[in-house]
Amino acid sequence: MGVGAKSVRVDAYAKVTGQAKYTADMMPKDALCAKVIHSTIANGWVKGFHLEEALKVPGVVKIVTCFDVPDIQFGTPGHPWSVEAAHQDVQDRKILNQRVRLYGDDIAAVVAEDEVAASRAARLIGVEYEELPPIPEVEEAMAPDAPVLHEEKPGNVLVHSRLTVGEGDFEKSTSGEEGLLILEKTYRTQRVQHCHLELPVSFAYRDGNGKIVIVSSTQIPHIVRRVVGQALGIGWGQVRVIKPYIGGGFGNKQDVLYEPLNAFLCLQVGGRCVKMEISREETFVSTRVRHAITCHVKAAVRPDGTLVARKLDAYSNQGGYASHGHAIVANLANVFKQLYQDEKGMEADSYTVYTSSATGGAMRGYGIPQADFVTEAMTEDLARMLHMDPLEYRLKNCMREGYKDPHTGITFHSYGLKACIEKGREVIHWDEKRREYENQSGPVRRGIGMAIFCYKTGVHPISLETASCRMVLNQDGSIQLQMGATEIGQGADTVFTQMAAETLGFSEDKVYIISAQDTDVTPFDTGAYASRQTYVSGMALKQTAQILKGKILAYAEEMLKRPAEGMDISDNCIVDAKTKDALLSMEELATEAFYSLSHSVHITAESTVHCKDNTFASGVCFAEVEVDMPFGQVKVLRILNVHDSGILINPKLAEAQVHGGMSMGLGYGLSECLMYDKNGRPLNGNLLDYKLPTAMDTPHLEVEFVELEDPTGPYGNKALGEPPAIPVAPALRNAVLHATGVAIDSLPMDPQKMVAAFQEAGLI
Amino acid sequence: MYDIEGIYQAKNVQDAIAALVRQPDAVVISGGSDVLIRIREGKLAGCRLVSIHNIPELKEIYREADGTIVIGPGAAFSHITKDRLIQTWIPVLGEAVDMVGGPQIRNIGTIGGNVCNGATSADSASTLFTLNAVLELAGPDGVRQVPIAEFYTGPGRTVRCREEILTAIRIAKKDYKDFFGKYIKYGKRNAMEIATLGCAVHVKLAKAREGAVQTGMYAPQDKKYVEELRIAYGVAAPTPVRCRETERKAAGMPVGPELIAMVGKSVLEEVNPRSSWRASKEFRVQLVEEMAKRALTEALVRAGVPEDVLNPEHTPNNIQNDTRKYAENDAGNQAENDAENHTKDSKREEKRAGGERNA
Repeated sequence: MGVGAKSVRVDAYAKVTGQAKYTADMMPKDALCAKVIHSTIANGWVKGFHLEEALKVPGVVKIVTCFDVPDIQFGTPGHPWSVEAAHQDVQDRKILNQRVRLYGDDIAAVVAEDEVAASRAARLIGVEYEELPPIPEVEEAMAPDAPVLHEEKPGNVLVHSRLTVGEGDFEKSTSGEEGLLILEKTYRTQRVQHCHLELPVSFAYRDGNGKIVIVSSTQIPHIVRRVVGQALGIGWGQVRVIKPYIGGGFGNKQDVLYEPLNAFLCLQVGGRCVKMEISREETFVSTRVRHAITCHVKAAVRPDGTLVARKLDAYSNQGGYASHGHAIVANLANVFKQLYQDEKGMEADSYTVYTSSATGGAMRGYGIPQADFVTEAMTEDLARMLHMDPLEYRLKNCMREGYKDPHTGITFHSYGLKACIEKGREVIHWDEKRREYENQSGPVRRGIGMAIFCYKTGVHPISLETASCRMVLNQDGSIQLQMGATEIGQGADTVFTQMAAETLGFSEDKVYIISAQDTDVTPFDTGAYASRQTYVSGMALKQTAQILKGKILAYAEEMLKRPAEGMDISDNCIVDAKTKDALLSMEELATEAFYSLSHSVHITAESTVHCKDNTFASGVCFAEVEVDMPFGQVKVLRILNVHDSGILINPKLAEAQVHGGMSMGLGYGLSECLMYDKNGRPLNGNLLDYKLPTAMDTPHLEVEFVELEDPTGPYGNKALGEPPAIPVAPALRNAVLHATGVAIDSLPMDPQKMVAAFQEAGLI
Repeated sequence: MYDIEGIYQAKNVQDAIAALVRQPDAVVISGGSDVLIRIREGKLAGCRLVSIHNIPELKEIYREADGTIVIGPGAAFSHITKDRLIQTWIPVLGEAVDMVGGPQIRNIGTIGGNVCNGATSADSASTLFTLNAVLELAGPDGVRQVPIAEFYTGPGRTVRCREEILTAIRIAKKDYKDFFGKYIKYGKRNAMEIATLGCAVHVKLAKAREGAVQTGMYAPQDKKYVEELRIAYGVAAPTPVRCRETERKAAGMPVGPELIAMVGKSVLEEVNPRSSWRASKEFRVQLVEEMAKRALTEALVRAGVPEDVLNPEHTPNNIQNDTRKYAENDAGNQAENDAENHTKDSKREEKRAGGERNA
């Protein structure tokens, strides 16, 4: 019971039996069906539509086009709003767009009585375009004569930022010293998609108050409310967003996807309920992807293994719209800086570039999987250049206890990084395996590799961190727990229940968490992202529980005529603080409080925490592989993640969280890539051709933790949601390098690329 | 919601043919794992369907008196894999169709649909090519028999007319008796995959020729020469292809590394893989050779040839022990994992045993 218990998920039975209701389960039977019309060019303008044939299709109610929508530009990322204009998100899209910026851009929508009618009409709509050359890649978009995607950003560079540490300038830091070894390389990561199980789905209707109610599968209901208000140019209070159970998001639903269009279409048909179910193929192409980032790096090391200086130039492919924009590559540069300390200093230039391809958004890790690939591939290459054991090299140069970021001030409070490395080293038998796999020959070879990482917890001080919680005592001594923070499959409801039980002295079965968020009812919280909820929302929960506990004890003081200070709550009873003897059951207290003829009070608590703290989580992945060179295939023999995420609220859920992240990392490392042709047309936007690993591709996943209490976390905890996905791909890459001597410098390490590399190296 | 204008459930083959004649735009649907995808993609949206899904006589698998094995085209992949006759006489076909998609698709998808779809990547096709399967087509003008090598005319195209129904896949005894085989599906993942390349091998070994010099040390003594080799590819050309020239060269050759090397090189002359965004020509060429070697090696092993005779350098030569040797003392997960591996190994053994029953 409480924090640290391996409690069963509070929603386990409901989800297994089908009692848990998701958005599609709740759709009214008479809802109209909307279908989005997407552009079939990658860059240009919509000049006109031919709708006559489509409008003749029986069952078609309305067709709206990009010429019909409000002339309002808005931004979609799930960031807290900033009241300072300079820090507000880039507002660069309309509900439907005449200016086409990617293949699959949203240009019109059909509303019909059912899906078949909507699809038939959609196929009959003719579109006239004025085409511009497609520029799906960064190099093309940055070319001097490239067409401009957004007139606000001539040159297509959304943001360029620069950061330095110490001396900064790489040439200056290294020019004076003889004997330095210099590495210069380019590492590339690819576009991948979240592939959450439940597709983006919503429905919208106008209620009796004249409000637009949107039920949506989102990670960020309160942000959806705000963005819908902004996109439609109406008061934010006129919008009500309800978030039921959702089948995964991984960051794609940390963006406002189709809710503004859904609300607009609802208003266009007089407030009737309109549903939108986005297909898997549309999700690949027209929602969000993980940014492809190319990094040119230089690094200088001394022969004794000291890291002297580094330089990074990172180019992030933003796609057609800004969405989360520069925050991603800025995060990359920060982790490149944080993970290793250079004796003299480092410099990093980061560019976010609009291109005519799928829009980059938030995805589990938020720039850090890319950062870790470049940083850890480079680190491995440096160790190899030095003929040094890569683990020893990391111990010598990696971020140290008490590290404080020179720019953001984020401090590594509870430091478990080196303990994770040492634990993994032992469990995986690193030293023995490194020796054993030296000097192999033959077509099938084995190797072992590793990658470390760090990840901050939440978004302070870059952005606002605020969270709130409400608790309401029932007559029988149980409570309703209501969080603004969202359950998205990660187990938030369960750990919140455990936290509430822990602080209140209740058993978990007396805590009823209300899973759904309803922006008209639920206290404010910005939502599920940045691995923030157990940390930030957990603070709000703990504070609220303490307030509620205080109120309960004050009422107990009245009832029992003894001072509250001498009492406590344990196992659903008021107890003597010293002897732990039960004095009064919570049920007796609660019933009295409700119906007392002398002092009736409904005992509730609600509070907000404005979190102004942060800390680093960290860890390491070790991978042992067998490489079948003639087939270009990597078989993962063992893979182990060791995490430093503070105290675990629920060790079983924590382990499951790590399994999921490792699985994403395996796909990122070995097979996943959203491909485009030279015309900016996506090639493999479906689950057959996009190689998401299946259960048959997933090896046994090993997980270890180093549990250190973090002084800033409400229960000694820190981030765990995103970290597991971060170090897997570079660990695999480094293991392949160890096995074969071939360094693969781009992701994914798919068979064709591997075969070509082994052929070039003369190995096959 | 699928956009289907109408569906007719045929009672038997003749009824299906009549329905197809009656409705000139109707399409045959069996398991639906290909047709429904095309409807969903819009390519067949609004179509009329004639379903042969519930016609019992199309689902049967049996052996005729002369040993011919007849596979009903309506048999689902998983039924073929689990069928006793298939397991006994042509286990490779059962293994090949066990690599289609995932369990759900294998429970609904049929071998007839796999063949009639006309795809070069069909997992059953290359194995059926090496078995000289004959396809029986029934149409308004009667029944005809088409050897599978003459069935495919191009990508997604076959000689089957729209109103014809595939009613049987026939494999004569001479085409499977004493053959040992292997199908390798090369995909980018281990399930839910369409082959990047598929390679099927069937081989029949002969006794040493009279007076031939005995060079090898292995047993059995009567399996020294290739009597007949059959090798076919999927996705190495617009249709599945047999490599007849390679087969001719292999006939009569002694079993050993030279045979395998010859076959690996020779097949390259007979296939024509293309570059596409799914895989480059160079990559497919590399796989064509490697898969021929591996499939042939495994087929020979199944025929009783010791592994070390065929491919002495296959295993890493300096790794003697399993990767888990250090983990012996690690409790918990490890034990569970080993148990899992053990199960997998014994499954492999079962499959191999299935192959040996063939003899």
